[in-house]
Amino acid sequence: MEKEPVITVRNLSKQFGLFTAVDNISFDVNKGEIFGFLGANGAGKTTAMRMLCGLSLPSSGTARVAGYDVYRENEWIKRKIGYMSQRFSLYEDLTIRENIRFYAGIYGLSDIQIREKTRMLVEKLHLEGKEKTLVRELPLGWKQKIAFSIAIVHDPAIVFLDEPTAGVDPITRREFWSLIYEASARGITIFVTTHYMDEAEYCNRVSIMVDGRIEALDTPAALMKIHQAGSMDEVFLQLARKAVRAGD
Amino acid sequence: MRVLMLLLQKELKQISRDPSIFRILFIMPMVQLLILPLAADYEIKNINLGVVDHDHSEYSRKLTNKLISSGYFKLKDYNTSFKSALHSVELDKTDLIVEIPSQFERKLVTENESTLFVAVNAINGIKAGLGSAYIQSIISDYNQEIRLQWLGHPSFNPQPTIEISSSDWYNPHMNYKVFMVPGILVMLVTMIGSSFAANNIVREKEMGTIEQINVSPIKKFQFILGKLIPFWLLAMVVLTIGMFIARIVYNIIPLGSYFTIYLFASIYLLAILGLGLLLSTYAQTQQQSMLVSFFITMIFNLLSGLYTPIESMPVWAQIITKFNPVSYFIEVMRMVMLKGSGIHDIRYHILALLGFTTLFNTWAILNYRKRSG
Repeated sequence: MEKEPVITVRNLSKQFGLFTAVDNISFDVNKGEIFGFLGANGAGKTTAMRMLCGLSLPSSGTARVAGYDVYRENEWIKRKIGYMSQRFSLYEDLTIRENIRFYAGIYGLSDIQIREKTRMLVEKLHLEGKEKTLVRELPLGWKQKIAFSIAIVHDPAIVFLDEPTAGVDPITRREFWSLIYEASARGITIFVTTHYMDEAEYCNRVSIMVDGRIEALDTPAALMKIHQAGSMDEVFLQLARKAVRAGD
Repeated sequence: MRVLMLLLQKELKQISRDPSIFRILFIMPMVQLLILPLAADYEIKNINLGVVDHDHSEYSRKLTNKLISSGYFKLKDYNTSFKSALHSVELDKTDLIVEIPSQFERKLVTENESTLFVAVNAINGIKAGLGSAYIQSIISDYNQEIRLQWLGHPSFNPQPTIEISSSDWYNPHMNYKVFMVPGILVMLVTMIGSSFAANNIVREKEMGTIEQINVSPIKKFQFILGKLIPFWLLAMVVLTIGMFIARIVYNIIPLGSYFTIYLFASIYLLAILGLGLLLSTYAQTQQQSMLVSFFITMIFNLLSGLYTPIESMPVWAQIITKFNPVSYFIEVMRMVMLKGSGIHDIRYHILALLGFTTLFNTWAILNYRKRSG
């Protein structure tokens, strides 16, 4: 399992007109790893992630995700990945069960598989009796946990999480991370962005983006050592302060 | 196939849970079909008439009486000078002035001819046109009458006249409701087709759910079909409700077959929905898509021949109507409902609509991108 890359990025860039959102980044993500993708607002994290998911066309550079090329085989990548966007993306006017059925179905799961997945998911998230509740009526923390569980309902090779715990209370965040660990234990590679530095410490490796470039990439422990910092918070502040680009 | 079924299921569930859709579905056709046909009437009655009588003779009074008794005019002003009559036009009291010269009766008797002066306020063009047409026919009628009187011998008419007698085909009683209702039905279906589906897709953009679709293996045509089919069904339901109202309330039963109407409507809706989908691929917010579809349907409706006959439009506007799917449907509706036309009679309309359908939908699918540039 060690050092088997599932994401390979080389000199990837994205320009919007004259603005370079992502500037020549290169990195690998290994199979089964929890990869933290950090950076201040506007550093280019979401743009980079969208390119890897096949939602945005890169301007230059190369990238392979789950063995497929992001330029030509983006529709193949989509079968292999899960994605949870910054914005909440379940259908609010559908019930929990209907959301599971829809998202599992479009990835080609059979009715029997869907039923089994629904049962497991309901059990794991303690949603017994709530299956027929409209998603709209649930608190944010629940929604995020359900959204994550649905993002990996088809057992993808990699799941991309864009600030999945933004605005969620500390207890739910902890529960959310135990779901992430569980998924990781099942062999799903986790690619996650976050602004919470305690969460960064849960990752196997983290990269820190500043002004579209990756300024640091290592294990949290190594990063703290290199920057002679007591916490990831300090590491982040040291690096992010160098930014010239204004956050959004 | 399975993916499409899932998309349809999801869409229908969402529609069934949206209370506003059902309100629009039933209330919109009711209001439009119950109020509009009664209000939108081309026949003009109650034209306010001002008379300037310099003659004060028997003949001039007779003429005035004849004008009023026609039912189209209301005597609002009786003046002795044209200037004061014009003043009441300026005050909007009257729409039309008839000036009878002082020697009217004498000239008519001695010289066998006389002149009248008619002035029309043409701010409202339709009213002015119809008003002066009515008045001309009433005056020529009057002319006939007095000549017959003089003659005493109806068998001998020194002035040969051609009398025009008209019979109105397809709508013998000149019932405007029969003419308007099919058109309003088209308008209704068009509004639902062009804005509902478009708004729905843009809403998914706003909510962010479209991103979740774009990151999945769903194919573009599956997604578009998943949106097209439910709203196609919805518009067909509205059409049916409308047909029902037309039948129950206005007793409008198509002379042709319902099958012809539904066949054409089903193709027409594919075209209009395609247009809506196309708009939605460009719009980023519901506001944008609403405004643009409002703008387009407005132009489509105004240039459709619903309110003003296409034949009386300038040539360039007539050419534009050829690119307006609404005008085809309105024509077909009237042909089938009033004339009883069959599929063979509307074959060119069907072909044109198939063209629109292909154009709009292909464009929409091509322009819908799962990946941004």
